[in-house]
Amino acid sequence: MNPNTIPTDSPKLSTPGARADAVVDAVFDEKPPSVARRRPKRPVSGALGLLVVGFWLLMALVGPWLAPHGANALVADDVFGPLSLQFPLGTDFLGRDILSRLLHGAPYTLGVAMAATVLACLFGVVLGLVAAASGGWLDAAISRTQDALIAIPNKIFALIMVASFGSSVPLLLVMAAFAYMPGSYRIARAVAVNVMTMDFVQVARARGEAMPYIMFIEVLPNMLRPVLTDFGLRFVYVVLLLSAMSFLGLGVQPPDADWGSLVRENIQGLGEGAPAVLAPAVAIATLTIGVNLIIDSFGGRAKREMEN
Amino acid sequence: MNEIVKVSGLRVAARNEAGVDVPIVHGADFSLNKGEVLALIGESGSGKTTIALALMGYARAGCRIVGGSVRIGDVEVLEQPDSELAKLRGRTVAYIAQSAAAAFNPAKTIMQQVIESALIHGVMSRRAAQAKAVELFRALALPDPEHIGARYPHQVSGGQLQRLMAAMALITEPALVILDEPTTALDVTTQIEVLRAFKKVVRDLDTTAVYVSHDLAVVAQMADRIVVLRNGEIQENSRTEQILEEPAHPYTRSLLAAMKPAARQDATGQKGGRVEEDLLLDVRGLEICYGSKRVVQDIDLQVRRGATVGIIGESGSGKTTVARAIAGLVAPSAGQVLLDGQRLSGTLAGRTREQFRRVQYVFQNADTALNPQHSIEEILARPLRFYHGMRSAQRRRRVAELLELVQLPASLAKRRPSELSGGQKQRINLARALAAEPDLILCDEVTSALDTVVGAAILELMADLRRELNVSYLFISHDISTVRAICDEVVVMYSGAKVEQGNRSTFQAPPYHPYTHLLIDSVPEMYQGWLEETRAGRGALPQIVASTTSAQLCPFLARCPVRIDGKCNKVSPPRVRLDKGNEILCHHSDSELRHFDELVPAMAVSG
Repeated sequence: MNPNTIPTDSPKLSTPGARADAVVDAVFDEKPPSVARRRPKRPVSGALGLLVVGFWLLMALVGPWLAPHGANALVADDVFGPLSLQFPLGTDFLGRDILSRLLHGAPYTLGVAMAATVLACLFGVVLGLVAAASGGWLDAAISRTQDALIAIPNKIFALIMVASFGSSVPLLLVMAAFAYMPGSYRIARAVAVNVMTMDFVQVARARGEAMPYIMFIEVLPNMLRPVLTDFGLRFVYVVLLLSAMSFLGLGVQPPDADWGSLVRENIQGLGEGAPAVLAPAVAIATLTIGVNLIIDSFGGRAKREMEN
Repeated sequence: MNEIVKVSGLRVAARNEAGVDVPIVHGADFSLNKGEVLALIGESGSGKTTIALALMGYARAGCRIVGGSVRIGDVEVLEQPDSELAKLRGRTVAYIAQSAAAAFNPAKTIMQQVIESALIHGVMSRRAAQAKAVELFRALALPDPEHIGARYPHQVSGGQLQRLMAAMALITEPALVILDEPTTALDVTTQIEVLRAFKKVVRDLDTTAVYVSHDLAVVAQMADRIVVLRNGEIQENSRTEQILEEPAHPYTRSLLAAMKPAARQDATGQKGGRVEEDLLLDVRGLEICYGSKRVVQDIDLQVRRGATVGIIGESGSGKTTVARAIAGLVAPSAGQVLLDGQRLSGTLAGRTREQFRRVQYVFQNADTALNPQHSIEEILARPLRFYHGMRSAQRRRRVAELLELVQLPASLAKRRPSELSGGQKQRINLARALAAEPDLILCDEVTSALDTVVGAAILELMADLRRELNVSYLFISHDISTVRAICDEVVVMYSGAKVEQGNRSTFQAPPYHPYTHLLIDSVPEMYQGWLEETRAGRGALPQIVASTTSAQLCPFLARCPVRIDGKCNKVSPPRVRLDKGNEILCHHSDSELRHFDELVPAMAVSG
């Protein structure tokens, strides 16, 4: 026992009238958990991922202007040329500069993939929110339709679309968005259903709020983290799908080329270890690994915040 | 002296977000003799559980025992390596957690789990352990002690599970048992059974125990000695009778004061005469079904303007469901809700914005009722814009006023809910309802999740607001002393039915409905020996034959100590008006219930 710890205001507790004041004081005595909001430290791997992805996004924007040569300019005499000062990443099977082709291809690979992923997640999340918020037959109808779409393998779906309508950039974009929407919908709906049962949603419903307000203002901010994580993951899948389509010759059509087509058209150089086939492959690899590193750091942050 | 536990200079630190150690227990010293029960009491965050866990050499994730000594018998706990601690835990020191439901593995039978620690420590053979367990089940007054072990945790009630957890802890005959808020999550009527069982076992086995609780009245029944904690420091360490009768420390006195909510004389609003025109909310014949299961039936309820009506009942009695139906969140299957004589639609879609504004719902748990992604300003501004169409400058001014109204500093407006304390969050929760300028506020257990002192402040605030703004409250609670203190009228619910309704003053003395009687008798009182004196839940129930009729029987039939064979199990009970004005759902008459004590058979049989 330590008599020094007696609070000075306490003696007035003995009179009933003063009790209310003392009680109020006691409320302010409570320490709020953490006033200072400290940004959690992002792990090194996350920073690295951000660096790589940031670099490629920048290249997708300004790459075509930075490229030393035109995308289709035949600048070298030898095909599958080695790394040199003149052609930093070598030359391709026609003697074009790989670095330039890579930079010109970046907008296709990143732009189409990004746009497709944004579309897929946008529709998936909105549909997921609508389904979770309305429930009942609408939920069932949307969910079963999406389940039916999930049942179609992505590659087969893509091949059928290209076979039916021919390959073009808008088609690739819509096709990729459509193929990856059901997965995004599944995740968004699962998270939204959980958030919908929270008391603050009940409060909003009891306040008489309309569905759009509940969906976008109350629920959506609370599901952003899983949705963003899913966005990153989905972006990687879309990049891989588009690259695979191009590798099969069904993606971006020559003379334009994205990174997948660069790998394909230079595939004969693989035997000689030509940089022409390695450079675009490495570009795809770094992009996907970079995105994955960012996603992993998201997950780590969520976990640490939960532990606190 | 026969000293078995000695704690000296115990210090525990927690690592905060910035990675700095913050002391949360500053040098605790106390000791226990063999067979003694010591209570650690304090508000949440006072370090009582932290100290209790340190007795096992354990600190929660993020915490660290930084100094001092814990000696149990002749073992210095804090110096033991992990392998030795594993042998100590469950053998020398056993722990009974707050939530037995969470502590049991649903996939294993109860017996397997109860004898597990005896087998792990190799204290006895499986057969001996099972025999011992059955013996403990019997001592803990569990039904069917021979066979209860074969059941799974979900097949027994919450109170039984808590007692089974005690059996699990006692099976190895540990030198010290730690009970961490073992009855906090239980209804009062269940709590009393558990407390009786614990007390009997502790006395019979001469167990040394540390009892952690925030409830001084409960502790008064169990403990020989009480240690009062605040912010990780011991304020007072005395014998129970001294703490109760002449508490030395001012903080102990304030705890004692907060535990007895004084009846507010000014609470009663306008009375008599203008009842008709004052009627704000009128619920008639409300019935709610979940699927084919009827969860609420035949509820009639009136709330006058400026009045507070309390609904009381144990968990599962349907009290929250009634409030949700009034708010429109649950559609009733029959009956109607009238606001100022105007019928409210059963569904949200059928209500107008003005109707929404007039009825506001304050949820029990402010942690989940405030959107963690919105700032306090956004939370409070939304109803202002939604109901009153205020512009942003006007909203900002009003938010500041609202914060002032609930006695919070205006600087909180920019914060997020996670940066507020529990009491502050509950005030914001209340302020949001007030922002609508409602006529009726539905308060669902608003103080249950808060510490006694903080809860008392919230109640004080609600009473002030009622005086200033003339709002009405429908106050839902499981705590009859709170309801008696602040409500003008009280409705007692049991199993979805209204069993008693009456004026606050009529809940001070019998006659009551038998369930109300049980409820009132079950509330622990702040003196030693209450547990032995109270009649609640004691003695055998009168024998009745199983009912065969399809009539709507009394909901309390299965637990009623004064049920009458041939009547209660055959005919549905009438609504009787007692002489003092209360309406009850019972076969007994006023005069019979007045002599309730004589009515209850076999009262003398001790529990």
